[in-house]
Amino acid sequence: MFAYVLRRFAGAVPTLFIIVTIAFFMIRLAPGGPFDLERPLDPLIMKNLERAYNFDKPLWQQYLIYLGNLAQGDLGPSFTRRDFSVVDLFRTGLPVSIQLGGIALSIALVVGVFLGALAALRQNTWVDYMVVGTATFGITIPTFVIAPVFSLFFGVMMGWLPAGGWGTWQHMVLPIATLALPQIAIIARLTRGATIEALRSNHVRTARAYGLPSYVVVGVHALRAAILPVVSYLGPTAAALLTGSVVVETIFGIPGIGRYFVQGALGRDYTLVMGTVVVIACFVIVFNLIVDVLYAWLDPRVRYD
Amino acid sequence: MLRQLMNAAMLSAAMVVPGGLVATQAFAEVVYNRGNDTDPTTLDHHKTTTVAEGHLMRDLYEGLVVQNNKAEVVPGVAESWEISDDGLVYTFKLRQDAKWSNGDPVKASDFVFTYQRIQNPETAAPYANMQYPILNAEAINKGEKELAELGAKALDDNTLEITLNAPTPYFLELLTHQTGLPLHQASVEEHGTEFTRPGNMVTNGAYMLENFTPNDKITMRKNPHFHDADNVKIDVVNFIPFEDRATCLRRFEAGEVHSCSDLDNQQMDYMKANLGEQLRIAPYLGVYYLPVKVKKEKLADPRVRQAISMAIDREFLADEIWRGTMIPAWSFVPPGIGNYGENATLPYAEDDILDREDAAKALLEEAGVAEGSLSIELRHNTGENHKNTMTALSDMLKNIGINSTIVEMEGTGYFDYMKQDGDFDMTRAGWIGDYSDPQNFLFLFESENLGFNYPRWENADYDALMDKAAGTIDIDARAEILKEAEALLLEEMPIIPILYYSSGSLVSDKLNGWEDNVMNVHGTRWMSIEQ
Repeated sequence: MFAYVLRRFAGAVPTLFIIVTIAFFMIRLAPGGPFDLERPLDPLIMKNLERAYNFDKPLWQQYLIYLGNLAQGDLGPSFTRRDFSVVDLFRTGLPVSIQLGGIALSIALVVGVFLGALAALRQNTWVDYMVVGTATFGITIPTFVIAPVFSLFFGVMMGWLPAGGWGTWQHMVLPIATLALPQIAIIARLTRGATIEALRSNHVRTARAYGLPSYVVVGVHALRAAILPVVSYLGPTAAALLTGSVVVETIFGIPGIGRYFVQGALGRDYTLVMGTVVVIACFVIVFNLIVDVLYAWLDPRVRYD
Repeated sequence: MLRQLMNAAMLSAAMVVPGGLVATQAFAEVVYNRGNDTDPTTLDHHKTTTVAEGHLMRDLYEGLVVQNNKAEVVPGVAESWEISDDGLVYTFKLRQDAKWSNGDPVKASDFVFTYQRIQNPETAAPYANMQYPILNAEAINKGEKELAELGAKALDDNTLEITLNAPTPYFLELLTHQTGLPLHQASVEEHGTEFTRPGNMVTNGAYMLENFTPNDKITMRKNPHFHDADNVKIDVVNFIPFEDRATCLRRFEAGEVHSCSDLDNQQMDYMKANLGEQLRIAPYLGVYYLPVKVKKEKLADPRVRQAISMAIDREFLADEIWRGTMIPAWSFVPPGIGNYGENATLPYAEDDILDREDAAKALLEEAGVAEGSLSIELRHNTGENHKNTMTALSDMLKNIGINSTIVEMEGTGYFDYMKQDGDFDMTRAGWIGDYSDPQNFLFLFESENLGFNYPRWENADYDALMDKAAGTIDIDARAEILKEAEALLLEEMPIIPILYYSSGSLVSDKLNGWEDNVMNVHGTRWMSIEQ
């Protein structure tokens, strides 16, 4: 198993390299540059700026410079936020995004699995209908609707929670709820489906035949199998949630990293876009690996060695 | 995991238990939560370009002269100044009690250092050209001259002499721009590109930088060394960036921010109905106008152009098409501009639209244009509001018997087309002033200004007046000449001004001292908050 993990990490390096290379040249294909403003700059001043940021060099040289810096952990200066390096921006923003996303994910996991299992055990009763109905509703309402409605209702109309901003735990409630709700819905549906299937499987029937108590049959044997699709769903979802949400961060004014991708792309902030690509790619690689390892642990049929 | 779960449990409890959860901060100090358009690109003001950055710089730094809450130029670091008779040499006397936030005195040499730095090609300052009127500035920025040749000299610690290339009556206005603010030489040299970081940054304005969290807020604290600190009422300012204007509106309504720097136009009706005096829409330093190609025979007679102008229901355009985000315009230079006084305005500004239509018809008849015989093309660049404006204009022209067709063009090509003397009848254009001076508007239509004189209007009298104004140092005398020029422009009507741009803000009724002004500048030092 250990050798497998090591192999996967080694395999991640060329993957990252390819992602970085494609992203580097793709963003350069976009028309315009970081210094194109609404009112065009004096050509002379433009030249000064391009020289200052190495933009006057051929693209392949810029690429090599970038790779060299990246190898040393330097993601370069941000062009749209010049008081910060890209690393600075992630250093302040990433903990915020991880905190929000992590809590939302934990809540979603616990509540979602609980509701899903409950619905499966009470299949075709009102409990099941309630869970499935609510989940469908939760999946179909997008966050850009939920977020302003929450902010308006709980923040402006009721005054129970801050309408936006960041700083205290009260500020976290609405964004976390916004992030968690659709995930609860999806996880509940996944769990329900998988649990219904697991309850009919041979090993669960065997466990029942042994006369094991119902909570052991369900809690240990059925759920362990039922959780598998949830785990594989969690890989990319965790990577996405922990790297921040553009919508939630914009609407609630949260200083995470979710907005940097969009802000960077719109402002042609090449280094910021590249930094975001690298960070998200790392998250996706790491979480996919975790999922694979968890799979082997949960499902005895899976072996990697 | 356990901790996360406990957090989760606590949070889910918080979600369902109402009451008493409002985040109120019990600070004894006066805190102003101030909405801003966006975060700055940088706090190094030599590298800034935007209005949002200007708001920050105005609080952090004090220039030789500053704008008060009415945007009038008043003494800043300079307590007095003298201008030589030829208008070329400005000698500023710096106040003795001007201090940096670390206690150092503000010296004339700081200004010399700063003005050299912005022209240094290595600084790559995007708005270095704002200060090109200073002697040799442009040549230095092009790398043709040495920094020391700049026309800014420290005669002693408290005397600064600035020499200009040519008389520039709006030079004091230029100095209020962020490119005219000083820098603390010692800390800039010590920290290099990191001088803007909290802890490194030394400023001389009413506030100093305490913290900067991107996408969250920039916190500034009152500078105890500021010479007028006794009159600064607000202790802490949090500049909060709101890319989503609707978010600012919600937080404004929730009482979490005291002001928003911009409006969500889609919610204009709601704001008008619910926010009362807290919704501020003020004339801004910009004008929306219609260039008319005067060379075309059918539009060559000024009476025809005047008739078209008369028939335009500007109130309708402002209120219905632009939903109150624009203001009817009766002059080309926006009212409230500096160095100008009372505007020249169109004589029929006060008349009813029906009377104006009758007068327009009479004028067309006088010019020999029979009803229905004139047909013109209205051209605009892509944009919902531009399109609606042109559609409404077309209807208005029909009321006086002028037929029209509408042509739409893509943005970038559109302005190039007008610049290149494209074959148009009537188009739309907008101009936002760089500084508060009528010259910055009226120069557009000088005969040789081919870049902006879209109508290709040539008038020797107008050019002579503009030349005369450029050589006139006395501000009042110059204003009279420029007014004459504007009156001529409005009489000849190569362009039809229809709307002024406006600035929209939300200002809490607890926030005092926020005066609407044409530059949309609102230094926090002039404000106070009722607790």
